[in-house]
Amino acid sequence: MSFLSKITEKPWEHAGEIEGLHDRLENGYSANRTGLFLFLAVVSSLFTLFMITYYTRSQFPDWEVLADPRILWVNTAVLVLASVALQMASNAAKQNKTSAMRNSLIAGGVLTLAFIAGQLIAWDQMVKAGYYAADNPANAFFYLFTGLHALHLLGGMWFLVSLGFRMKQTGAKDKVLHSVSLCAIYWHYLLIVWLALFTLLLRT
Amino acid sequence: MAYVAIADRDHEQPMHEPRSFVTKYIWSQDHKVIAIQYSLTAIAIGLVALVLSLAMRLQLGFPDTLSFITPDQYYQAITLHGMIMVIYLLTAILLGGFGNYLIPLMIGARDMVFPYMNMLSYWVYLLSVLVLCSSFFITGGPTGAGWTLYPPQVILPGTPGSDGGIVLMLLSLVLFIVAFTMGGLNYVTTVLQARCRGMTMMRMPLSVWGIFVATILGLLAFPALLVACIMLLLDSVLGTSFFMPALLSMGEVSEHTGGSPILFQHLFWFFGHPEVYIVALPAFGIISDLVSVHARKNIFGYRMMVWAILIIGGISFIVWAHHMYVSGMNPYFSFFFATTTLIIAIPTALKVYNWVLTLWRGDIHMTVPMLFVIGFIFTFINGGITGLFLGNVVVDMPLSDTYFVVGHFHMVMGVSPILVIFGAIYHWYPKITGRMLNDRLGRIHFWATLFGTYAIYLPMHYLGILGLPRRYYTMGDTSFIPDSAQVMNAGISVAALFVSLVQLIFLFNLFWSRTHGKPSGSNPWKATTLEWQTPQTPPKHGNWGPDLPLVYRWAYDYSVPGAAQDYIPQTMAPEDVPTSDASYHGGEGEHS
Repeated sequence: MSFLSKITEKPWEHAGEIEGLHDRLENGYSANRTGLFLFLAVVSSLFTLFMITYYTRSQFPDWEVLADPRILWVNTAVLVLASVALQMASNAAKQNKTSAMRNSLIAGGVLTLAFIAGQLIAWDQMVKAGYYAADNPANAFFYLFTGLHALHLLGGMWFLVSLGFRMKQTGAKDKVLHSVSLCAIYWHYLLIVWLALFTLLLRT
Repeated sequence: MAYVAIADRDHEQPMHEPRSFVTKYIWSQDHKVIAIQYSLTAIAIGLVALVLSLAMRLQLGFPDTLSFITPDQYYQAITLHGMIMVIYLLTAILLGGFGNYLIPLMIGARDMVFPYMNMLSYWVYLLSVLVLCSSFFITGGPTGAGWTLYPPQVILPGTPGSDGGIVLMLLSLVLFIVAFTMGGLNYVTTVLQARCRGMTMMRMPLSVWGIFVATILGLLAFPALLVACIMLLLDSVLGTSFFMPALLSMGEVSEHTGGSPILFQHLFWFFGHPEVYIVALPAFGIISDLVSVHARKNIFGYRMMVWAILIIGGISFIVWAHHMYVSGMNPYFSFFFATTTLIIAIPTALKVYNWVLTLWRGDIHMTVPMLFVIGFIFTFINGGITGLFLGNVVVDMPLSDTYFVVGHFHMVMGVSPILVIFGAIYHWYPKITGRMLNDRLGRIHFWATLFGTYAIYLPMHYLGILGLPRRYYTMGDTSFIPDSAQVMNAGISVAALFVSLVQLIFLFNLFWSRTHGKPSGSNPWKATTLEWQTPQTPPKHGNWGPDLPLVYRWAYDYSVPGAAQDYIPQTMAPEDVPTSDASYHGGEGEHS
């Protein structure tokens, strides 16, 4: 039922039982999925506002374009691989291939940590090249964007690791397998956010 | 009463009844306990803000005789009063308090869908309140930049609290936003996913609709405040120049260059205007339910009420710059924002008409909640109409920095939601505790609060038209302000003292009735909605006993022609409705 037809219902006209309404809600995992998508909406709002602010601020005369460290390209490739690994884990979970799933998850986690390490190296290079945050808003935005994005990834890592512990304790139950697919969605989403941020950083 | 067996629903989580005092009342994951924790914390910090406002009022009313606060302390009081009232009291109590308590009970759920996160939400909120309070005790004190925290003055040395206070303020806001997001994800997901059988979206009471849409607004708008807070924090701690322009401060060139204070204002108000509706929409929803229950009539235009909530929620994101007419914006921008501001008055006015039309020829019971409903409708119309004045650029320009604005937003955003909160507490207290609040004390509280607040805020409109500037520590000798203005200011201060003292009656009533109130039974107001149909009052952990309720009808079947009683609970099947004559047709539309 579409949203429009839902809110044009006249609820006072029919009293009585409604059949079949809750089939969708019967799936006990859908709450986690809904929660995740809502959270992604919140994060989208956050990063969109940051990007609008970035663009506006970059139009001011004191903006100095900075040379982005080359290592960011390597990091981007690593993050793409991490996303692929998570997707493979999600596919394996759907086919109930537990050991393949475990290996892909570990690979995804390691690649994500490698990405974050790469971002730290980029920071280090920036500092060594003399791009301090207080000197120019372009530098400050660079640290801010990369830092916030990495924080979101670390949040994802926290979930991933706790998922691993749960798997060890209870075995690969349906609910755990479902969580793997949610992790994959979150990783893809953060990859898209990174690509958008990276494009913006490169262009100005 | 009909229930549907849920034993066959394998995803149903086993309810782990908390056993010890600590898991039951402190680290509780029960939405009802969390709601009460949220409400009590919000009321406690709200009392701090009330005392701050008294300090300001005494200074303004009697500047020569009672000079016990300094100009710096005045600005700190004004800042903290505004910030606490808007965010730490109103947002927290309406969503964290009422949202938590009402959503699961009104939609027939056992709890929020993520109870652990719900618990975390409260504790992070408490932490944010404590961080805020801690700024009173550091050297330099809390920030005194005004609740809008505008740069550049917010972090310049002349402003009180520019070294430590502002950092704690911003940290506290960041924590609050984290707490709100955790709670908010819960409220929205619970409404979408945990409704009991038969509870379609359009069978939900309007309280749930209001809280639901307000939470979505909050989830999308608070990030703007988060962005502003993080960047301002970096400006103040690391010396970046996101918002801070190049300027001379105390005779020296500051380290900042080229930032844009206006950018901060846009971010702040992109959050700040939806925030008005984050507070107003739950209040609108609660009023709709209260007016319907106590006038024994279905709400007039239920669908229009839902649509109005949705439309107001949508438009509230494109009106923010009407707070910035005086910032030197392009006049075409001002024209756009004035237009949207006037447009948003249409769905809002529609809601007011519908409340009044619900009262029209209703069987009005003048209970204490009903008194607060009627008080709210008057006050909201008052505050709303001055909002139409200020929405026009040419009227706003001369009035913007005067007491007219103070009068306007206290009417519409201070007194109105507070009246709703009081009404709602008188209405739901019997469900929360199993006892009625004392009726006589409630009536005294209502009339004193209503007349008292009008004595405070109506004269402010007049002072504003006189040109009395707001934010001033003392008016001094100014030729265009007559002496009578000072008399009026003193009168306002006396009224403010009086209203504050009257609230002690309410607090006494809350605590006294907890043990001495008249036992209420499970449904003292004879209401239809689900929270009044719980097997126990107050509801036990898990709310519904072994079986979840089954909903057969919408939330507003009051005074249905032919039915024996003047209300039909949502859980009553059409064939079970006791009838008084043959005109009842089992709920097939005749009674609309």
